[in-house]
Amino acid sequence: MSKLSVRKTVSMWAAAVLGFAVSFSAFAADPLKVGFVYVSPIGDAGWTYQHDQGRKAMEGALGDKVETKFIESVPEGGEAERVIRQFASDGYDLVFTTSFGYMNPTIKVAKQFPDVVFEHATGYKTAGNVGNYVARFYEARYLTGVVAGHMTESNTAGYVAAFPIPEVLRGINAFTLGMRSVNPDAQVKVIWVNSWFDPGREREAADVLISQGADVVTHHTDSTAAVQAAEDAGVWSVGYHSDMSKYGPERHLTAATHHWGGYYTKTAREVINGAWESTRVWGGLAEGMVSIAPLNDEVPADVAKQVEGVTAAIKDGGFHPFQGPIKDQGGEVAVPEGKTMTDEELSTMEWYVEGVLGKLPK
Amino acid sequence: MTETIVGILLATLGAGTPLVFATLGELITEKSGVLNLGVEGMMLIGAVCGFAAAAESGSLWFGVVISMFAGGGMALLFGILTLTFQANQVAAGLALTIFGIGTSAYIGLDYTSVTLPNIDPIQLPFLSDIPVIGRLLFSLDPLIYLSFAMFGAISWFLYRTKGGLVLRAVGESPESAVSLGHHVIAIRYLAVWFGGAMAGLGGAYLALVYTPLWVEEMTAGRGWIALALVVFSTWRPSRVMVGAYLFGGVTIVQFHIQGFGVDIPSQLLSTLPYLATILVLVLISRDIHTIRLNAPASLGKPYHPDL
Repeated sequence: MSKLSVRKTVSMWAAAVLGFAVSFSAFAADPLKVGFVYVSPIGDAGWTYQHDQGRKAMEGALGDKVETKFIESVPEGGEAERVIRQFASDGYDLVFTTSFGYMNPTIKVAKQFPDVVFEHATGYKTAGNVGNYVARFYEARYLTGVVAGHMTESNTAGYVAAFPIPEVLRGINAFTLGMRSVNPDAQVKVIWVNSWFDPGREREAADVLISQGADVVTHHTDSTAAVQAAEDAGVWSVGYHSDMSKYGPERHLTAATHHWGGYYTKTAREVINGAWESTRVWGGLAEGMVSIAPLNDEVPADVAKQVEGVTAAIKDGGFHPFQGPIKDQGGEVAVPEGKTMTDEELSTMEWYVEGVLGKLPK
Repeated sequence: MTETIVGILLATLGAGTPLVFATLGELITEKSGVLNLGVEGMMLIGAVCGFAAAAESGSLWFGVVISMFAGGGMALLFGILTLTFQANQVAAGLALTIFGIGTSAYIGLDYTSVTLPNIDPIQLPFLSDIPVIGRLLFSLDPLIYLSFAMFGAISWFLYRTKGGLVLRAVGESPESAVSLGHHVIAIRYLAVWFGGAMAGLGGAYLALVYTPLWVEEMTAGRGWIALALVVFSTWRPSRVMVGAYLFGGVTIVQFHIQGFGVDIPSQLLSTLPYLATILVLVLISRDIHTIRLNAPASLGKPYHPDL
């Protein structure tokens, strides 16, 4: 062994020991750095607000074991890639990217930072260091439909919807099935506003639905305008994303809400313990990822009880909102008795169930 | 059926009003020869400041007044850049919009969870009891009446007063206006300020009356529509009204069409307001001579007395 190579070997060992010591001390003392990328401002209600509530819940549960940072209003696309890369190169250990359009940027950055764990919401791509999570919003939608089915007198609900994609269609269908499970005459009118966020338009669409006879209004858009429109017109509303009762103190029946805190806490804990693995998670009522907001006082006790019953059945797997028999809009059997739609079928859903009015835009 | 039609017309008035305010304001600004592309930003600042003032004071009217000052203040900022320092109007206007989007979001941080009471419509005695017409014209919310009044005042001012003549002269040929002894820069400052105040009012209508809440970027592009309306209405107030209500009306009608389940793709329907408004305004204004007559000849060109 030459002198040079001895020195080399020693220094390699030294570096290894030092490196181990550094990483060990990091493991023991330094908090896990967790970054969040949000697509819109946090605000007071809505999609990003619920994610931020999740972040806070995680901080509450893990205390000084985690250190979090978020960046709001990050446009999907190139800008997102820059923000995600910045988190990774700033030494963040775990990065949650919380909008569908962040999928490709997340995968791209993840390739360059194999030691960082990424979790992307609502997409479908995974990688060795990229997990994927989304919630079964339709389970909560079904429950709110049950409430709406009992409370409607005109047997017509109005649905202000953003874009005709499977995610939104699942919500419309689940809501309609829920309504018709307790009120077979119920129908759901849908108006597409072709925008995720435009309070003025959402309001106009809700007003039109009300003027066309809807006495329950719900929405799959990001503002609270539909709930306010219902309050002003004196008809019922069902919120989405967050409990929106503040915007409809008298007429807000309930809301289909999302809860990410449990999942964020569990994921961070797994990363800290070195037990994290890339998975695709689609959690619902059972996992606590979706829920419904407290019912309006006007909702009769027996309805509340029924909703509790259905909730329990969905949680323990005894009931699935999309179990047959389900007819499509034209009255043809789409899901036969004894069958339940698979997750694959649900995630590509592009048809209306019976009871939805109007034709599906293609 | 009457009920549906009255409903559509009432909703049209509501949907058109923010555009009426913002577009009439920009019309005055452009008539003086200044192109302010910052309408969206001024609307947002007007909306958030009006909302905050109304929430803090409990007075909606105080909110309305503040929104005008806030929008006007933004416009003065633009005026200082472009009129005093001769900055490029297009660039300064775009910057004003970006500045307005960010600043309004910052000011509004504490107000995203606040709700405001509704403004009750004014029921004019006796008149509001007339069937159909009574509901359409005589029991509206006060800001809609204000928008009617503004339309009347601006039309009268532009074409029936000496002040209007001077304003138009400044927009046509600032050099000639100066030679007649008019202070071009001062007049342009006033026109720019007025445009900002009206944009602020348009924003206030959205945040205080239409959807009584504050959320970031709640104007959702209406400032840009207002800019387009000024051009397509060939700088004439009556056509601004046609354009604004047409845009609002077609938006409402296409929602009704969807609600009735007519088999037209909703993506196509949502382009209708834009298509219909442009088509109608282009058709009624297609005479090139009247366009030349009404378009301010020095629009967008900087003017400096020493040059």
